[in-house]
Amino acid sequence: MRRFLGSSLTKKLVVALAGLFLIVFLLVHLAINFLLLKSDPSVFNSAAEFMASNIVIKVFEVVLLLVFLVHILMSVILQIQNWMARPTQYKVGTRSKTSFFSKYMIYLGGIILIFLVLHFFHFFFIKIGWIEGDSDNFYALAHDLFKLPLYVSIYVISFVALSFHLNHAFQSAFQTIGFNHQKYTPTVKFLGVLYSILIPAGYIVIPLIIFLSE
Amino acid sequence: MKITLKIWRQESAQDKGGFVTYKMDDVSTEMTFPEMLDSLNEDLIKRNEVPFAFDSDCREGICGMCGLYINGRPNGPQEGVTTCQLNMSMFKDGDTITIEPWRAKAFPVIKDLVVDRTALDKLIQAGGFISAKTGAAPEANAIPVSKEESDIAFDAGVCIGCGTCVASCKNASAMLFISAKVSQFAVLPQGRVEAKERVQTMVAQMDALGFGNCTNTGACEAECPKEIKLSNIARMNREFYKAKIS
Ligand code: HEM
Ligand code: FES
Repeated sequence: MRRFLGSSLTKKLVVALAGLFLIVFLLVHLAINFLLLKSDPSVFNSAAEFMASNIVIKVFEVVLLLVFLVHILMSVILQIQNWMARPTQYKVGTRSKTSFFSKYMIYLGGIILIFLVLHFFHFFFIKIGWIEGDSDNFYALAHDLFKLPLYVSIYVISFVALSFHLNHAFQSAFQTIGFNHQKYTPTVKFLGVLYSILIPAGYIVIPLIIFLSE
Repeated sequence: MKITLKIWRQESAQDKGGFVTYKMDDVSTEMTFPEMLDSLNEDLIKRNEVPFAFDSDCREGICGMCGLYINGRPNGPQEGVTTCQLNMSMFKDGDTITIEPWRAKAFPVIKDLVVDRTALDKLIQAGGFISAKTGAAPEANAIPVSKEESDIAFDAGVCIGCGTCVASCKNASAMLFISAKVSQFAVLPQGRVEAKERVQTMVAQMDALGFGNCTNTGACEAECPKEIKLSNIARMNREFYKAKIS
């Protein structure tokens, strides 16, 4: 058992499964975000309200937080080991053909992490009462934030980073869990590219529409 | 043709090392890469200078001794070849060629371009074999193997253990190497017997030897002189998880 938990392959499996979980979650979250575009705040707020009160969702929130933490912790451990595995660098940088964004996963993850901290600060900490704010009206909070050019810029940059992260990550996760099939892997790769463009683009258009329509 | 070489020279494992530049005036495009290096070394000996050390043995792409990191790519710019099969016709008159040894914690430099790849032997010792009585070759048709599976085993079995996968990987991971061995045996009845134990001991040994972790960048597959496929790594992952939960 200890050898299982300590193994590099187990850590990789955990990162991949957590990542796939987050990929599904991003879809749900995006669907709710689109309610922000309605002029009637009550729909979004009641969705947020439902999220805050429903016991199933409450449990889910803890799970979600743990999934994020596990993904970050494990991938950082793996990354540190990877840096240590080549103490002396080549003087001529690599010219091998690789999955382009695979080289920058940790940095892209870092940008996403900064955004996550900001995001928690704005919504989650208000909800659990750590900081002040109107937890009944996240609609207004989101609309206020999306009027600030700085916030919209950070938001857009973060989701571009997420797009790059997922460009490699989607298909990589399938390879990690052991799925590599002559016939279906090209489809997985295609879906991964599609997902990594469309979903972050979906997140990005919402603040842009709100920002530009003010 | 005229070639400028920047060769990594390092007295010993402890020495810091650095590049030394050599100019060659008369390199034939018909030479292989090690033949070109030999001719430079002969010049150095004639000039009473110390020749540099580099590995090679079979010079026909089967022993896996000769790997060098050439202009940012293991085994240089030619696809699907070892360093000894790399042809000088891949270079142009006036080119500068920078040559470095394989870089990985698990592959310490011994001298100049020669690294210690004992770690690959240790990986094989951890499970890259089948336990069977030796003796006369058994009757070939006694154990039926399907064409698909023998193809998979063969494509994985052509690995020559040169270390290109480790050298090319940004994480210095040996996953392509051990997954080729694990795959080769996992699909054959003779190897199946010890499959569970093998995948676990080989992965544990890889971790212990200080190789990095795979992040599916694909550099190993792109550079492997024997064109071993990433699908072997996925198969090894499956084998590993299956072995752990059963
Ligand atoms: C919503 C946010 C995120 C999603 C959907 C996501 C998804 C994924 C997926 C699917 C993988 C591929 C796993 C594999 O190769 O098997 C991955 C890899 C990775 N993630 Fe994330 N991730 C997210 C956030 C983060 C954050 C915040 C970090 C922070 C440091 C991070 C760091 C990494 C690293 C370093 C890898 C490469 C690990 C490896 O290939 O072994 N990710 N991510
Ligand atoms: S010298 Fe044997 S493979 Fe190159």
